[in-house]
Amino acid sequence: MSATGPLIDVRDLERTFAVRRRVDGRRRRVRDSVLAVHDLTFAVAAGEMVGYIGPNGAGKSTTIKMLTGILVPTGGQVRVAGLDPNRDRVELARRIGVVFGQRSTLWWDLPLRDSFELLQKMYRISRARYRDNLDRFVDLLDLGDQLDTPVRQLSLGQRMRGDITAALLHDPEVLYLDEPTIGLDVVSKGRLREFLRALNDERGTTLVLTTHDLQDIEALCDRVIVIDHGTSVYDGPLAGLHAQGGSSRTLVVDLVDEAPPVVVPGATVRRVEGPRQWLSFPADASAAPIVAAVAASYDVADLSIQEPDIEDVIRELYSRGPEPLDRR
Amino acid sequence: MLHVAIATRAFRRYSTYRAATLAGIFTNSVFGIIYSFAYLAVWRANPTAGGYDAQDAVTYVWLGQALLMTIALWGGGTTDDLAERIRTGDVAIDLYRPVGLVGWYLASDLGRAAYHLLTRGVGPTLIGFLVFDISLPSSPLNALAFAVSLVLAVVVSFAIRFLVASTAFWLLDQSGVKVMSGAFAIFFSGMMLPLVLFPGWLGTLARALPWASYVQVPADVWLGKHTGLDLLAALGFQVMWAVVLLAACQGVLRLATRKVVVQGG
Repeated sequence: MSATGPLIDVRDLERTFAVRRRVDGRRRRVRDSVLAVHDLTFAVAAGEMVGYIGPNGAGKSTTIKMLTGILVPTGGQVRVAGLDPNRDRVELARRIGVVFGQRSTLWWDLPLRDSFELLQKMYRISRARYRDNLDRFVDLLDLGDQLDTPVRQLSLGQRMRGDITAALLHDPEVLYLDEPTIGLDVVSKGRLREFLRALNDERGTTLVLTTHDLQDIEALCDRVIVIDHGTSVYDGPLAGLHAQGGSSRTLVVDLVDEAPPVVVPGATVRRVEGPRQWLSFPADASAAPIVAAVAASYDVADLSIQEPDIEDVIRELYSRGPEPLDRR
Repeated sequence: MLHVAIATRAFRRYSTYRAATLAGIFTNSVFGIIYSFAYLAVWRANPTAGGYDAQDAVTYVWLGQALLMTIALWGGGTTDDLAERIRTGDVAIDLYRPVGLVGWYLASDLGRAAYHLLTRGVGPTLIGFLVFDISLPSSPLNALAFAVSLVLAVVVSFAIRFLVASTAFWLLDQSGVKVMSGAFAIFFSGMMLPLVLFPGWLGTLARALPWASYVQVPADVWLGKHTGLDLLAALGFQVMWAVVLLAACQGVLRLATRKVVVQGG
């Protein structure tokens, strides 16, 4: 791989699946194909933390499977660390790590330690490196007491931490995380996010995070790629999603007395409840002139601003549908 | 190194089911005794049936009982784990590993087979040895050849079970194919009746099919029915099927990862 090229390079990626469909009036099922992913292009530089999000069935898993080489694209090109994932699947496997929230990569019947030792042999990790990494992750993830417990007896949180350790023992350049915090309690989620951030800071590990938990994204990812109907509908910083999604912020005004809906340029009143009024204005506009205008014309007791909910933003994006399809 | 580690862990994993093992040894022994009396009756009526004498026949019965679980004649073994992982989509994890799936599961199955040989193999054989007149290999060379033949029997049986499990990529569930394959195995391995008793073309066919590697070939090696070049030919027959079938496993796996959706996200 060239020193300057992106670590993950996806161009015009496409994957169709053949399906058989029953059609009324015909005895045989008809062959048909479904576009699971199409016209997908993006690049991820080494050391980035990218959130890869989209509704169920949008093509997230299909993309990840192509990035890791267990599914062959039907069109376009994928390069990860300069390798063709499908052709060089085994070589690539040594350089990536994968964590699934809903599947364990550990051996069910074996103590945690045995799984780790098998991985050491499988990835040919040197004894010293293995010790270092194991000590470090066991310490950071607080797994010391669980090392000799069979995986089937671990709690979900413990298993998840075991899975993350398993995925990192061989120092992967890229870590794919699929719903890593699903089912975890708030404290565990927080600790996991902290750990991932430190990993990225200290080792420069590239993270690609698939999740429905937008707090994961907000805590970890500077960049999000939103996929819907098989193609990217947004790729950029998290903050930019607001503008893209046409979302709005809310100014909550507490007047001294009850009043009819206030009239100020750039904002509209959404709700009135006694002396309290809710004004919404575009998320990318400044709140200052609106606050000034309200204060200039009314007696204000208190003011507060509510940030838009990222989930609403993404819901808005999804509901608009993918642009590339419209253009066709 | 890795594959040895996989095998020892599979061995250890199977060794946790102690009660099941004891119950299995008991069952094998009971069937061994029933079959022995049935075979003795047959050989009393025809003392040279299939070129075996009565002692050969009874020895064959106990070899069959010892091999039953060792080669996982009915199907099952670690390939059942594979089929289950294909069904649930967990096989995706196996595919993320920098190691071939066939070698991985084979190592695991050899570990399982070693455990079943030491328990379900040796256990009933001791009972048979105490109750009946069982013959032992006539020379150290014969014993060694039997050991090789036994390993090859496990490999051939593994490859067939792997192919059966792989059908789950397309059918989502292996159980129908597994039952069918088990029926073929019990008939064509010589488990039910030694293949040497099969008449005419059926006998010729049965001795050419891969299932002959399961019981008939190792048993004949144990009984000293093959000597010299003939012994090499018998082992070569097993090697040939092992190579062909393992290659088929690789091919099917490649096809599966190309054409088939790995289940679930």
